Order: sequence, then structure tokens, then C-alpha cells
Amino acid sequence: MTETKPKIKIRTVDLNLHYGSFHALEDITMDIEECKITAIIGPSGCGKSTLLRVFNRMNDLIPSCKTTGEILLDEKPIYGKNIDVVEHRKKVGMVFQKPNVFPMSIYENITIAPKRHGIKSRRRLDETVERSLKQVALWDEVKDDLGKSAQELPAGAQQRLCIARAVAVEPDVILMDESCSALDPESTMKIEELMFELVKKYTIIIVTHSMEQARRVSDMSAFIMLNKNLVGSLHEYGPTLDLFSKPKSTVTEDYITGRFG
Amino acid sequence: MKKTFKDKLSERIFLALALSSISALALITVFIIIQGAPIIGSVGIFNFIFGMTWAPSQGEFGIFPMIVGTLAVTLGAMVLGVPIGICSAVFLAEFAPVPVRNMFRPAIQLLAGIPSVVYGFWGLIFIVPLIRDYLGGPGLSILAGSIVLAIMILPTVISITEVSIIALPRTYKEGALALGMSHWQAIYSVQLPAAKSGIVAAVILGTGRAIGETMAVIMVLGNAPALPRSILDPVRTLTTNIGIEMGYATGDHRQALFATGIVLFILIMTLNITAQYITRKKKQK
Repeated sequence: MTETKPKIKIRTVDLNLHYGSFHALEDITMDIEECKITAIIGPSGCGKSTLLRVFNRMNDLIPSCKTTGEILLDEKPIYGKNIDVVEHRKKVGMVFQKPNVFPMSIYENITIAPKRHGIKSRRRLDETVERSLKQVALWDEVKDDLGKSAQELPAGAQQRLCIARAVAVEPDVILMDESCSALDPESTMKIEELMFELVKKYTIIIVTHSMEQARRVSDMSAFIMLNKNLVGSLHEYGPTLDLFSKPKSTVTEDYITGRFG
Repeated sequence: MKKTFKDKLSERIFLALALSSISALALITVFIIIQGAPIIGSVGIFNFIFGMTWAPSQGEFGIFPMIVGTLAVTLGAMVLGVPIGICSAVFLAEFAPVPVRNMFRPAIQLLAGIPSVVYGFWGLIFIVPLIRDYLGGPGLSILAGSIVLAIMILPTVISITEVSIIALPRTYKEGALALGMSHWQAIYSVQLPAAKSGIVAAVILGTGRAIGETMAVIMVLGNAPALPRSILDPVRTLTTNIGIEMGYATGDHRQALFATGIVLFILIMTLNITAQYITRKKKQK
């Protein structure tokens, strides 16, 4: 097997995160490979979502939140004085836990961000809508009711629309924060199939509560766990196959076999 | 057994109290119609609404100038007050640091607590001379009324708009930001449209308040029952017409004032129904 060395998309070195005086994440050092699905797993309250939100700087919305350490996207820092957060978020899209389609039509949901980013021509917007919806396998279902309110779609379709909306901005990385946890098994399966398609083009990082899902979809798994000082830290990180079949630590093994968490 | 009796009794009491508030509405409606309808009949509905002359002593009852006056003053108040109100609400809901917000909110509530006669007095002493000196005319004018009313509707517009923005799911904003929109873009392209029905309600309630206001506008409008030519002319509104003449009106004159009340009533009803229609249509879409 001739495998070229995987390209690193996101790199963190000694990432620390505080909410005021509360230390939430400690010394997280990990490399996230391009065009792979990386799953962040761990028990509730260990800081998985917080870590995910570091990558698109969503934590900036919380005034007391302070992130330190080196965090690089394509070897360029994400945090720092001269970084344009808004530009950065165009490169790193996000899909949330619950489908959060905007209360407007399907068409507008997809075009609203590209419009703000300067795409004015109707033809290009139409193309964006078609391309994005095809990428999430939603085009055939909705192509005749693009003017319909997005909130009338079933939840699974809404979540796929949210993915289409993120894809329409043409990001490099897509973050998914437990994006299937509010969906039924069939919709979950559709989204997982979608991930396999999308990962050919995008780097995907997911947070998931479901060990099964992490095992099914991810290439790499990061197990986050509270350390002895009750601060979230990276307990084990490696290829999903290895982490699930021969975990290095007994804590990881206990967690993935469902003994706690 | 005893408990069910108690339950039944309290149910009846609540029903009676609820009915009494509704019947108050019904009584007032019936009363003003009985009092006002005959004069509309004898003058003719067209002459009453589109008549240009209000001269009760000569038996002329045309309220068109007052309808125009009401609409002009209200529109002016909306044009001045609504943008300021919505912007203030956005500032409070989205931008204001916590200490500023904590100072602003009670201040705005205080604005709602000032009696309308005080607004009128302030307008008369401060706004009216300002308009007279810098813009000309008598000062007592549509503009003066609009300015005073614009301030008076601010608490309504600001608080309802702010609440409707704050009540939006946080995920709308997060979703917009995650798509690489700036904070401002998220506000105007996602949050404000999502809060639209609340904002429409705020504007309608503000309009209702402006149309219904009497005391403050009596003091700054000049009250001439003639068709205004510019915003610097004095006007009389439907409410002030009633307020000014009620004390000494008798016979046909008194009936004509009640008829003015009917027109006011219909105006506000139309407004509310339109508003409900708009918000309902939005929701269906």
C-alpha cells in the first residue's frame, strides 16, 4: 500500500480553554487530517462540544470564554488579533444538534449566506441551491417546492437542509455537533451516508454520544474525558479501528464498552 | 362533594368576572352607536365623513379634516418613532453591554409611566417654540404632535420588539454566524425577519396608542378643525375633537361627538384586523 502522508487540516497544540475561572479544556494537542471524519467522543459534560466550537470560534459568543494555545487551520492561526472571525467561519461550517433552519423558504435558507457574501446573480444563486441540495440528496424531494417554508419539512430533511446550507458557503471543514441525536434511525442513516459522500471533499469533525455512530462513520476518534482535576482533556486519540479494538487505556475501554458515561 | 361545589362556585365567579369585562366592551360599543348613529343618519354618512366644515352651532358636522389630522399625526409619529424604537430594541437585545442594558430598560419603562399631560406640557413649552422659531408657523402643529407622540410610543415599540428578538431561538443567531455572516448581517437577514410578526405587533400597538392619545396632543396641535396644508399647520384629531368639546356639547352636537367616536372605533378596529391578517398570513407562508 502506497499511502502518502495525510495532510493535516487542523492542528492544536496545548489548547486550553477557560470560562472565567473555570478550566474547561486542558492541554489538548491533536492533529486533524484532511478529508477524514474525526469523531470526538466522551461522557456528558467533558467538553466535547466546547472543543468543537473552538474550531469555528463559536465560543466567542460567550464573553467570559478564553482560549489559549496554538490552534491552526492549514497551518495558519485561528485565534489572534488580526484574524477575521467572519472570514474564518466561511471556511469552517457547522451543523447543530437540532435542525435550525431559518423561518423562511428552502431556497432562501440556502441563498441567504451566499447573498451576504456577495453573490448577486440569480443564475448563480439558482446553481448554488441545486448543487447544494444535490450534495445532500435532497434535490429530488424538494426541487418543486423551493418556495415552501423550510420549517414544514420533516426533521431529517431539515437537518439535511442545514448541511446543504453549510455546504453552499463552500467551506473546507464541516463541524457536526451531535447532528443526529434529535433524529430517527432512518434519518440518521441518511445523514451518515451523506457524511461518506461529503468527506471526499470536506474535512468532517463530529461530536457524538453514540459509540456505534463513531465506530460506523469515523476514521479517527478522539476520546475526551475529565482528568483528575476535573478538567476536560484528550485521553486517547487514534484511528477509530485501533481505538475501538485495542484501546490503550482501561478507561477508554470502559467507556466504549458502555461501563460508564 | 363540598369540593366540587367550591370548584363550581369559583368557576362561576371567574366566568362572571370575565363576562363583565366583555360586557363592558359590548355596552360601550352599543352606547356610542345608539348615541352617535342618529346624527350620521340625519347628516348623511358621506357628508359626515367627507364634510369639510365642522361648525356645530350652524349644524354643520363634517369631520374630514379631523380624519386627515389623525392620520397625519399618527403617520408622523410612526415615521419618527418606529425606526428609533426598532433600532433601540436591536441595540438593547444584541449590542448593549449588560450595565448599559440594566440602565436603559428601567429608563424606558419610566418613559411609559410619565402621564400624558406632562408630555403635552413639555411639548408645549419646549417643542412648540422650537418649531415656531426655527421652522415658522404657529408652532402648534402636526410636527409638534408627531414628535410628542413618537416619544410616547417608544416604550411600546421598544419593549415588544426587544422581547420578540430575545424570544428567538438562540440557534438562529448561531446558525447565521456559523455560515460566516457578521453579527449585523445575522441581525438584519435572519433575526429581524424571524421576529417580524412581533415587530408588526409592536408597530400596530404603537399606532393604536398614537391614534388614541388625546391629552398630550390637545396641548400641542393647535386644534383648528381645518384641512392642513403642511406639517407646520395646526390640526385637530378625532380624539381631541371629542376631548375639547365634550364639556359643553348638547343635542346634535353631542351626538356628533359620539359619531366621531364611532369613526375612531372603526378606524382602530380596521387597523387591528389588518394587523392580525398580516401576521396570520405571514405565519401561513
